[in-house]
Amino acid sequence: MNYFELFSFTPTYQIDTALLAERYRELQRAVHPDKFANASEQDKRIAVQRTAQVNDGFSTLKDPILRAEHMLSLNGIDLKHESTTVKDTHFLMQQMEWRESLEDISDSSDPDAVISDLHESFSDYAKQIAEDLSGLLSSTNEAELLQAAELIRKLKFMAKLQIELERIEDALFE
Amino acid sequence: MAYSEKVLDHYENPRNVGSFDKNDPSVVTGMVGAPACGDVMKLQLRIDADGVIEDAKFKTYGCGSAIASSSLVTEWVKGKTIEEAAAIKNTDIAEELALPPVKIHCSILAEDAIKAAIDDYKSKQDK
Repeated sequence: MNYFELFSFTPTYQIDTALLAERYRELQRAVHPDKFANASEQDKRIAVQRTAQVNDGFSTLKDPILRAEHMLSLNGIDLKHESTTVKDTHFLMQQMEWRESLEDISDSSDPDAVISDLHESFSDYAKQIAEDLSGLLSSTNEAELLQAAELIRKLKFMAKLQIELERIEDALFE
Repeated sequence: MAYSEKVLDHYENPRNVGSFDKNDPSVVTGMVGAPACGDVMKLQLRIDADGVIEDAKFKTYGCGSAIASSSLVTEWVKGKTIEEAAAIKNTDIAEELALPPVKIHCSILAEDAIKAAIDDYKSKQDK
């Protein structure tokens, strides 16, 4: 299933999220099972299936990692069930350092400042990856798509860091 | 999810946590990460002139199974030669810790950490 086609989008990595939400509401209305209350069993079943596709499509396209994975899968590269290990030492050292910084937040004299610095570092780094990804995903060259796959793996580490940071933040200011 | 007793034991009393001085020429480092869960693992080995692993330390950010897998590996590799350590398989780790299928990737990560440390050893030997 090509979700870009379902939502009438050209398959580019950077997308207009406001337009995506608008198309989502339109599609939802068009396939809503309530509209098929008096339809045949087969049409009802199709409406339920279409609703599920529209929902899956929306959650895939709005998420930067899932959207990138979807673009790769349209090019025949499936990352969903892989257990590939990342071995980029430089990148992993940075991850370790950031994990250590997260651990040290609670002992800091000014946890607010540390948290906002980390938010900024994480988002700058993730933004840089997303920019590189945008170029690579528009390619059909396999080497470039495999490079994109490696960047998607790195984005997942950034997403994990972000979740951890928010968890610590919530615990501190409860 | 229920952890096995062995996982809990390593998780609560992890063996050989920490770091060696990375400037020590007999120390090699393997860094690996699992994108699916964002786990990061660092395994360091101190290797003598005969290629025997004298000591091992680890630092892992991840779930209980990832910590247990790396802790177990540091115990297993001590006293082994490089070749013997390279033969440790993720299935051995998973079996010893009774890891459920969804946590098999933690044992793969630990095996890959040994391999990455050995790669570091070989690249230092070549210099």
